[in-house]
Amino acid sequence: MIEKALSGSKFYWAWMSFLLVVILVGVSAYVRQFHYGLGITGMSRDVSWGFYISQFTFFVGVAASAVMVVMPYYLHDFKRFGRITILGEFLAIPAVVMCMLFISVDMGQPTRILNVILYSTPNSIMFWDMVALSGYLMINVLVGWTTLSAQHRLIQPPKWVKPLTYLSIPWAFSIHTVTAFLYSGLPARHFWLSAIMAARFLSSAFASGPAFLIILCLVIKRITKFNPGDRAINSLVTIVTYALIVNIFFVGLELFTALYSQVPGHMQTFQYLYFGLEGHGKMIHLMWFSTFLALMAVILLIVPATRANQITLLIACASVHVSLWVDKGFGFVIGGFVPNPLEKVTEYWPTLNELLVTTGIWSIGLLILTALYKIAISVKIEIEA
Amino acid sequence: MTIDRRQFLKAAGVAGILGLLSSPLFKVFAPGELEASEELKEGGTLSALPLSAQRWSMVVDMKAFPSVESYNKCIDACNYTHNIPKMDTENHEIKWIWPEKYEHAFPDSYDTYLSENIEAMTFLVLCNHCDNPPCVRVCPTKATFKRSDGIVAMDYHRCIGCRFCMAACPYGARSFNWRDPRLFLKNINPLYPTRTKGVVEKCNFCADRLYRGEQPACVEVSGGGLVFGDLKDKNSNVRNILRSKFAITRKPDRGTLPRVYYIIGGHTSTTGCVPE
Amino acid sequence: MPDKGKIIYLLVIFIAIAAFPFIYNSLATPVDMKIKLNTPVIDSMKVKQCIVPKEEMRRGHMKILNRWRDEVVRESSRDFGMIDGVMYEKSLQRTCMHCHSNKSEFCDRCHAYASVDIYCWDCHLAPKENKP
Repeated sequence: MIEKALSGSKFYWAWMSFLLVVILVGVSAYVRQFHYGLGITGMSRDVSWGFYISQFTFFVGVAASAVMVVMPYYLHDFKRFGRITILGEFLAIPAVVMCMLFISVDMGQPTRILNVILYSTPNSIMFWDMVALSGYLMINVLVGWTTLSAQHRLIQPPKWVKPLTYLSIPWAFSIHTVTAFLYSGLPARHFWLSAIMAARFLSSAFASGPAFLIILCLVIKRITKFNPGDRAINSLVTIVTYALIVNIFFVGLELFTALYSQVPGHMQTFQYLYFGLEGHGKMIHLMWFSTFLALMAVILLIVPATRANQITLLIACASVHVSLWVDKGFGFVIGGFVPNPLEKVTEYWPTLNELLVTTGIWSIGLLILTALYKIAISVKIEIEA
Repeated sequence: MTIDRRQFLKAAGVAGILGLLSSPLFKVFAPGELEASEELKEGGTLSALPLSAQRWSMVVDMKAFPSVESYNKCIDACNYTHNIPKMDTENHEIKWIWPEKYEHAFPDSYDTYLSENIEAMTFLVLCNHCDNPPCVRVCPTKATFKRSDGIVAMDYHRCIGCRFCMAACPYGARSFNWRDPRLFLKNINPLYPTRTKGVVEKCNFCADRLYRGEQPACVEVSGGGLVFGDLKDKNSNVRNILRSKFAITRKPDRGTLPRVYYIIGGHTSTTGCVPE
Repeated sequence: MPDKGKIIYLLVIFIAIAAFPFIYNSLATPVDMKIKLNTPVIDSMKVKQCIVPKEEMRRGHMKILNRWRDEVVRESSRDFGMIDGVMYEKSLQRTCMHCHSNKSEFCDRCHAYASVDIYCWDCHLAPKENKP
């Protein structure tokens, strides 16, 4: 099947070449970082995780969100998702790859990465994160690829695929739970030290991931001969709507606990993110922008007319994705470090080199995604013809 | 092996631990005056008993730090001993022991109308060598670990630079090498290694000096303000102080059980204390 | 197999590239590896002897150093042992380099020849040398 990714229109090749160029820029930026040290980023002694770990956190969510199409289809026999299950699984693969790359570029000593296995330490959540992520990658590659190639040859997939598919469901929940545990178990950071963190992570993942999947489906419908199906998209919209509302509710719970209790440690980060703290407020505009997008998306997704219209649906889904990206893929991680444990404020802002590395990794993700989708869609079109 | 050395030292007629403290003192007071080759004259061979304890701990007596010089002396001794660089930006600073105001050292117990005396004080803060260290709990490679004598140590050979420990430490005691530290080191102590870029570092209670029978570098020059000893030994120097004076630790509510104590009032108990 | 010619052609190129270092090395003139090992400290010794038998050290110094670093850092076992009434410490900087203060000769020449890229000196400090 892989040959299907090696032939395509001029547009396909132009897109792939563009991604390759961005990747090369990213790689050269990384080489610079490798020699100079992580001091080339905007990170500091006080804000010791930045854009890379934020992106990692966000994309674990995107990866986990595949379960929102896998679970209805395999567990509840929800036939509508039959045409897009593979799209969900193939979205998870580049998402996990990006997570691994973001972790790698964030490491001070990347050549020692195998120490995590060599001296495996089960009391570290980082160890379980590695187990969860690599396992999830393998499951999705095996299930997705085997199912698709069986369909391609018009035969039933082998028997071992089914239990693996079922395993992928709790596994998806586990990857994001473990990612939340990285943060929520730290005695040093009030903002993260919250039992609702894993639930909030999952709800935001199940909104942002499927929202991105809807955008992809609409693009596919437009530029290929494959139609993912309006009813499948409608069901995804329902998932996004509920997940988004649940996520806003969870954020509200956090805000209530912090602001009503008035415990300073619980309030300070919220103050910093939304109003500024001790004269520092680089995040304020972004955070309000994110809030505005989320609320607008809720309205667009609930009102039947805007939900049915493709343009407003596209705007709503893009808003959900961007809003949650700002919230989880930036504010959440940075906010946890402000103020620092000595209650001093140091601000963070990514540098150009850091952004180039980041866009390089995004492009690697998009490249893998495009190739996988090209294969999946070509096969689907072939079967239907 | 320790027994061998003990026997050897006895046989050689070398006096106890205390008498040997004088030569390292000289080294700290006069950094750079000795040539590398001079200092290495005794290289590899040992002449003192190691200091050992069941549970190392430190007491900071604020009475002994009335001036900038009084605490800078300790910081300078540490910085030289461990080759701690002076970075060109605060964001990349490496700090093992450093000064903080009360509101930052003890942010949870800060309030308005504290005594002027407290507001003016400068506290030396460092790694607390917690009994229940979160940094050790989160490290994915055991690069940071707790020794049997309670010292929370770092293995720079193993650290992958993930900085999970920095996120986990409630005391901001850990520093990351954002750049190659050698570029920012002027006065190098040839007897101690530097670090490389991409690893996390922090105070190690001078584990290697203890091995050589020396007190930690900061303690040695503190003029009695920093007291270092065995918390499990009820007759030790630290226990004697803690028995008679009210001491606090930083952020005890985090359950980390910090083992660096601060005596702020300096008031001796008059009602007497009940010995254990 | 319509691509038979292409495969053989590429296979030959691959083998040529893979074999190049071996062919190149067999034709190259051998490097003179005469190394001056003695330093003032070694010259002043009555019995010129390492703390580990020379052959063992030559073959296994990397393993010994690796073991030392784990024992010293992680197990607080720093004593190497006593030789002729002198206590030695497991330490690259304090023990090895005390005698072998000529790092550029003693360490670097061989490592460079064998193309071994070590990172010991990223952190550990080598003794000052008077380079000619």
